[in-house]
Amino acid sequence: MSSSRSDGLYRPGTSLIHRLPAHVKVVAVLGFVIAVVATPGRAGAAFVAYAGVLVAVTAVAGIGPRFIARGFVVELPFVVFAILLLFVAGGEQIQILGLSISREGLADAATLLAKATLGVWTSMLLAGTTRPQELVAGLQRLRLPRLLVETLSFMVRYIDVVADDLRRMRIARDSRGFSARGPRHWRVLASAAGALFVRSYERGERVHLAMLSRCYTGRLVLYNDRPATRREWLSAALLPAVGAMVAVAAWVATS
Amino acid sequence: MTAPALEVRELAYAYPDGRQVLYGVDLTIGDGERVALLGPNGAGKTTLVLHLNGILTPGHGSVTVGGLPVAREQLLEIRRRVGVVFQDPDDQLFMPTVAEDVAFGPTNLGLSRETVAERVAEALAAVGLAAEADRPPHHLSFGQRRRVAVATVLAMRPEILVLDEPTSNLDPASRRELAEILESLSLPTLIVTHDLPYAWQLCPRSVLLDEGIVVADRPTAELLADEELLRAHRLELPFGFDPRVQPATP
Repeated sequence: MSSSRSDGLYRPGTSLIHRLPAHVKVVAVLGFVIAVVATPGRAGAAFVAYAGVLVAVTAVAGIGPRFIARGFVVELPFVVFAILLLFVAGGEQIQILGLSISREGLADAATLLAKATLGVWTSMLLAGTTRPQELVAGLQRLRLPRLLVETLSFMVRYIDVVADDLRRMRIARDSRGFSARGPRHWRVLASAAGALFVRSYERGERVHLAMLSRCYTGRLVLYNDRPATRREWLSAALLPAVGAMVAVAAWVATS
Repeated sequence: MTAPALEVRELAYAYPDGRQVLYGVDLTIGDGERVALLGPNGAGKTTLVLHLNGILTPGHGSVTVGGLPVAREQLLEIRRRVGVVFQDPDDQLFMPTVAEDVAFGPTNLGLSRETVAERVAEALAAVGLAAEADRPPHHLSFGQRRRVAVATVLAMRPEILVLDEPTSNLDPASRRELAEILESLSLPTLIVTHDLPYAWQLCPRSVLLDEGIVVADRPTAELLADEELLRAHRLELPFGFDPRVQPATP
């Protein structure tokens, strides 16, 4: 009955990247993304270099391009904004396909898209090689505030349960001939959302009771993590290190 | 004489909204005794359970566990002694993996990491799920989750086990597996249920609770044979089930 929704985007595997502890990967990804963002937009070659690095990492992780491409859906709002830039930015205008486009806008849009794409790509690599539970434990190891870690941990645990509740409610509703076709049906959808909220709230209370029954005193200890070895830190550091070198080279070349 | 595993005396309770649920319940469970708590929906069974480990505080009367009164100052010790397994395992299992969930209780008791790991291994072995330690709970079958829920309280080395509707939603095989586990534990156990054959299979003695009072406390076979009593309290045996006929023991 329970699918593996709460495994999120995780693709099972045994690659070097899958085996790295989650907190090491989070730090590496963050470092790399900062390097990408800090790269001046004029340095086109740098972005090609970044993409090359990510192609290599993706290959090592054994993750298919189609999976990475799925992630680009979240980029759509940026694409819309980038297209907007072409027309609203000032400065010198150029003619392409009969449209008047700002040269500066075109450069900005390209930079924006390149950075967003590289960021999404890196995040998809992290999500594809790390289980959500491991990610939560990794964030705990990185000293993310306890309340946030615990909230995330509960979310990962219960997202399936709530989704199953929702699915059952939808099936029961549809079984009585309901289909949402327009604003007339919003009331039904809203009360379904309300019912789901109340159910989840009540479940929260029952979970709390069960926790109290096992001597909960306000501190949740997550054990599912392990310290990283020096070797693991070093191999993970390759990604941000290469990123930083490319970024520095790009600054030197364009200054 | 040593104190009984559980002693409830004249327990009365009304919810803050004024709705009275328990009207003076007396119940004693001796060492190693398995007792069924029967009763229709709304009889006050779950309210009684929540008193056993001090989640609710009695309006009147007292609860003692192995001679220790349930009181605010010793709630942790009480909750260690009384292992409550709730009806929905999804309420009980909230940690990312099975092993972490079983470790939750012992960790709260302040045990060392090594001792906790021993307890986890021991508890999971007792319910036959040692191989599932590192899986997330939602990947297990419902029957397995129910057994993990039992392990989560066993890891605290309780002195009495309380199960709220342990057979609800279980398929026949999971039901039998759970029964085998409960029989293998030599712990005093209170099984709250309206699954009458299950009570008969596991518990020599049954207590019938209705409208907040104990209306019968007898050997299970005798209680289940009293059709009039069952009917008066909205309990019914499954079709074709006859408690006067002992099943052949395998």
